[in-house]
Amino acid sequence: MELGPILSTLRRHKITAFLLVAEIALTCAIVCNAVFLISQRLERMDMPSGVAENQLVMVQVANIAPTEDAKARTAEDLAALRRIPGVKDAALVSQVPFTNSSSNTSIKLSLNQKLPTLNATQYMGENMIQTFGSQLVAGRDFRPDEYMDYDAVLKDLDLVRKQTSSVIITKALAERLWPGESALGKKLYFADVGVRVVGVVKDLVRPSLFLGDDAAQWSMMFPLRMNGNNANRFVLRVDPTQRHQVLEAAAKKLRELDPHRIILGKKTFDEIRSDFFRNDRAMAGTLVGVIIALLTVTALGIVGLASFWVAQRRRTIGVRRALGATQSNILRYFQTENFLLATIGIALGMALAWGINLFLMQHYELPRLPWIYLPVGAVALWLIGQLAVLGPALRASRVPPVVATRSV
Amino acid sequence: MFAYYLDLALRSLKRNKVLTALMVLAIALGIGASMTTLTVLHVLSGDPMPNKSAKLYYPQLDPRDLDGMRPDEEPPKQVSWIDGMNLLHAARADRQVLMTGGAGAIQPSNASIEPFFEDARFTTRGFFPIFDVPFLYGHPWSPQDDDASARVVVLSRKLNEKLYGGADSTGKVMHIGGKDFRIVGVIDTWRPTPHFYDLMTGNYSDSEGLYMPLTTAVDLKFPTNGSRDCWSNSANTDMKTANCTWLQFWVELDTPAKAAAYKQYLVNYSQQQKSLGRFQREPNVHLRDLMQWLDYNKVVPSDVHLQMWLALGFLVVCLVNTIGLMLAKFLRRASELGVRRALGASRRTVFAQLLVEAGAVGLVGGIGGLLLALLGLWLVRLQPSSYAQLAHLDLEMLAGTFLLAVGATLLAGLLPAWRACLVTPALQLKSN
Repeated sequence: MELGPILSTLRRHKITAFLLVAEIALTCAIVCNAVFLISQRLERMDMPSGVAENQLVMVQVANIAPTEDAKARTAEDLAALRRIPGVKDAALVSQVPFTNSSSNTSIKLSLNQKLPTLNATQYMGENMIQTFGSQLVAGRDFRPDEYMDYDAVLKDLDLVRKQTSSVIITKALAERLWPGESALGKKLYFADVGVRVVGVVKDLVRPSLFLGDDAAQWSMMFPLRMNGNNANRFVLRVDPTQRHQVLEAAAKKLRELDPHRIILGKKTFDEIRSDFFRNDRAMAGTLVGVIIALLTVTALGIVGLASFWVAQRRRTIGVRRALGATQSNILRYFQTENFLLATIGIALGMALAWGINLFLMQHYELPRLPWIYLPVGAVALWLIGQLAVLGPALRASRVPPVVATRSV
Repeated sequence: MFAYYLDLALRSLKRNKVLTALMVLAIALGIGASMTTLTVLHVLSGDPMPNKSAKLYYPQLDPRDLDGMRPDEEPPKQVSWIDGMNLLHAARADRQVLMTGGAGAIQPSNASIEPFFEDARFTTRGFFPIFDVPFLYGHPWSPQDDDASARVVVLSRKLNEKLYGGADSTGKVMHIGGKDFRIVGVIDTWRPTPHFYDLMTGNYSDSEGLYMPLTTAVDLKFPTNGSRDCWSNSANTDMKTANCTWLQFWVELDTPAKAAAYKQYLVNYSQQQKSLGRFQREPNVHLRDLMQWLDYNKVVPSDVHLQMWLALGFLVVCLVNTIGLMLAKFLRRASELGVRRALGASRRTVFAQLLVEAGAVGLVGGIGGLLLALLGLWLVRLQPSSYAQLAHLDLEMLAGTFLLAVGATLLAGLLPAWRACLVTPALQLKSN
């Protein structure tokens, strides 16, 4: 295909050509960034929790007033929950991944360290690893004799000061605190209390990501026994096919055991995850909508301008046809013209996409746009351009040669 | 003249329906998307107390120990019980209030309603006058009730409807957390947006259903909601003496001079506490007014900003599109314009006529954009975020929609109109 005639035609329609290029460039830039944002959101929604998600359900309860014999009450509750058919394990825990409510503490690596190393979250509860289905990658689970009552420890911190208590941490936290070393046997401190790492789990996400996604896996588990007065989340590990029945049965059972109790919520872990990431899902949906709208508007713009050009050049086309150009010559002319404009637009668009990404990086803590997203926008716009121009180009190719001989 | 231009414009627009429809559609989509996101931003970044926000201040103190101190560190976002009570009783401001979020387990006397937890505000009496809370029935509790930890409660209109069918319930007794409380008042619908007085319980939460004296709730050990920040490790669980910040303290100061004086008072107070040995750090205080406090806490979600930029980008694409189409349309009429110019129309009149045409497209696009914005806001309200249900178009934004639509389209029309009125009449006449 000869580019010469196309270029000389475009030179005579500078403004229109420029506008089309600008539109394609802007669309390309926004689409690249929007696709990148979508992929970021999808990746975030896939964040590992470190628990056996499809087997977990949670019932959150609250007492109308504090109970006297909370410890015995809780033991009874857990025993009753374990008897429900389909329940493999049950635990009363202080917090649950992705439920926003959390207890966190600053930790240090030595007692005389001035500034804390980082802030990690504290999971507490008996039989937690078993029930969560957490994967130990080093060390061991807590021994039954290591557990202490949370109430007792709160009253007298010397309990944990006297005998160095155990802690299980995540792999991510271990690597952050002691890069390249084994964490087992190492000590960490919060305030003046030291604890020793006895185990490392693969993952355990924080209940709330208030410190950003990089700190998502900084979690610790403590061998502390909770009761109904200081914890209110029962977690059950169940047969995945019976999740919903078990959840209903568990809530009913808990109400039966203590009528002075209110069920605040009951959810499967799938529901917990889906609720936690609902804003990301909504944002991804919005972005998809924007991409579709943008491509539609751009396509319609191309159709409009191409139609205008075809109508304007009717006589020229007629002359070319009369001079021997075939229908496919004419068709290809308009297709090439569009391809040329789209290519210029895409080239500018990529530079612009990079610029927008810089702006977003500065203001919204987004990572750098990987180059792999640039071709996505390019291919989308080449396709849209060719599809949009096809109609007007076909119409142009059907202009009969006789037009050339008619005046006006 | 304008009427004549309008007539010409409508004729011209009718002549090429597809092109006109494309322009209107592009404008409508761009305006619709922009107005949807701008409305959400407008609602979320609004002033919750437009008549009073400049007089409301949020004092911050730094009672922490030296452990982990960083230079230029912000003081905690809340106050401890001891400092809160000291500042409250010093009463150096025109009004002051100390409070925290919490929950109350309600056991309705009506047996058909299951017991449930209701979000509560544990606060001193100052809450009601300082935030202009409207009362439907009854009145706030008395200052004596605060001092005596009286078991009195104020309900929200919604809760009163749920429990008492909306009747005047003042004087009735209700069971909360296993104790008897006397209802002294019911407040009318009141939902400041953002939930500025306590951002720890959600930036856009609904206002609470239950209000009771802070001292009462703390004495009864009712569960609190929000954030608790503690330092200098101690196993103290008594919230009145523990080294923890967990309460919000607001003051009303009528003049900037009073605000300056109050800030000095906070410095003096910190100094005094340091000499007493309670505080260890140098005085580190802040006294932000309401809007500064919201700004500092970055209340508006960053996704909302991102969506606005996205929509504005989309609007720009739509406008570039419209410029292109309008240029095509105007140039196509070069011959007609040539005739008009040859017959004596000045460049200015041709320019004006073309702009009227652009304006007409903008107006129709604006109407389309408004409908799309209403649709967009409806879609936003379907979203599960806490702020979603607040997304409604107000008069200000309605006017803004049309201004933006017509303004943007006129701007888009400038270049095509200018190009079109440059046509040389002779050339156009000759070629035909």
